[in-house]
Amino acid sequence: MVESLDSARDLDSPGERQRRLEAIRPRLLAFARLQLRDASEADDVVQEALITAFEKNADFAGRSGYETWVFGILKNKILDALRAQKRRGKWQPWDDDGVEAAVERQFQATGRWQNIARPRSWGDPEDTLTSERFWQVFDSCMIALPDNIARIFTMRELMGLSTRQICEEAGIKENNCWVILHRGRLLLRACLEKGWLAEADS
Amino acid sequence: MKMVMCREATRLMSKRLDSPLGIQEKMTLKFHLAMCGACKQCNKQFQLMHEAGRALESQATIPSSDTDDGTDDTP
Ligand SMILES: [Zn+2]
Repeated sequence: MVESLDSARDLDSPGERQRRLEAIRPRLLAFARLQLRDASEADDVVQEALITAFEKNADFAGRSGYETWVFGILKNKILDALRAQKRRGKWQPWDDDGVEAAVERQFQATGRWQNIARPRSWGDPEDTLTSERFWQVFDSCMIALPDNIARIFTMRELMGLSTRQICEEAGIKENNCWVILHRGRLLLRACLEKGWLAEADS
Repeated sequence: MKMVMCREATRLMSKRLDSPLGIQEKMTLKFHLAMCGACKQCNKQFQLMHEAGRALESQATIPSSDTDDGTDDTP
């Protein structure tokens, strides 16, 4: 028989709550690291989110899964931390000729793909996204991405903010945001393809 | 219709993930994708990256199964 894992009754017990929170911690940590690009800040944010979830248990209405609710709390904490990073001047200026050059290297002067950069098939998307190895490659490619681009990319693709919200947070124009996302996607796809297909071929 | 090269096509396929394209842009992209295998792959890759966040989140939010029987875990 399948019991509802998220009935409020299960979570009345502090021990059960603690177990569920401990179980999800590594994944929250991985997510926060990708977003904040700073291991100790990610630790702090996850810790805060777990404490908040534990203490505000009464706010959990059972409309979503418990873990989804905790994840939502984490996202808000990450956003707060990003704002704090920005206030501390940790966000670099946006213009970066090096990035532009790296993107341009994928194309010929005519605007066609360079032969060596032509995108290839990554196989079945579902298999890709459920492969642990893909996420390892993803992780290292995110680290390799320039900070300012990674930040916009993760706000969009991991946090799911709209480009309008991102403009407000980052203080840039929406058009600029699209340019950054375009570059980020091109850089990331090149890196992912290299890592993902290299091992698949061997 | 405007003919575009791959670089411009990737700009459109990226923008499409963030904001709706105009009719002209849509046609331009569709036409290019129909003719260009490399961009077709690139488009798939952009879409996969676009889904990555949701995939990460759903992996992260699966209720922990280490203590139940693990019999009803099929997605
Ligand atoms: Zn093309």
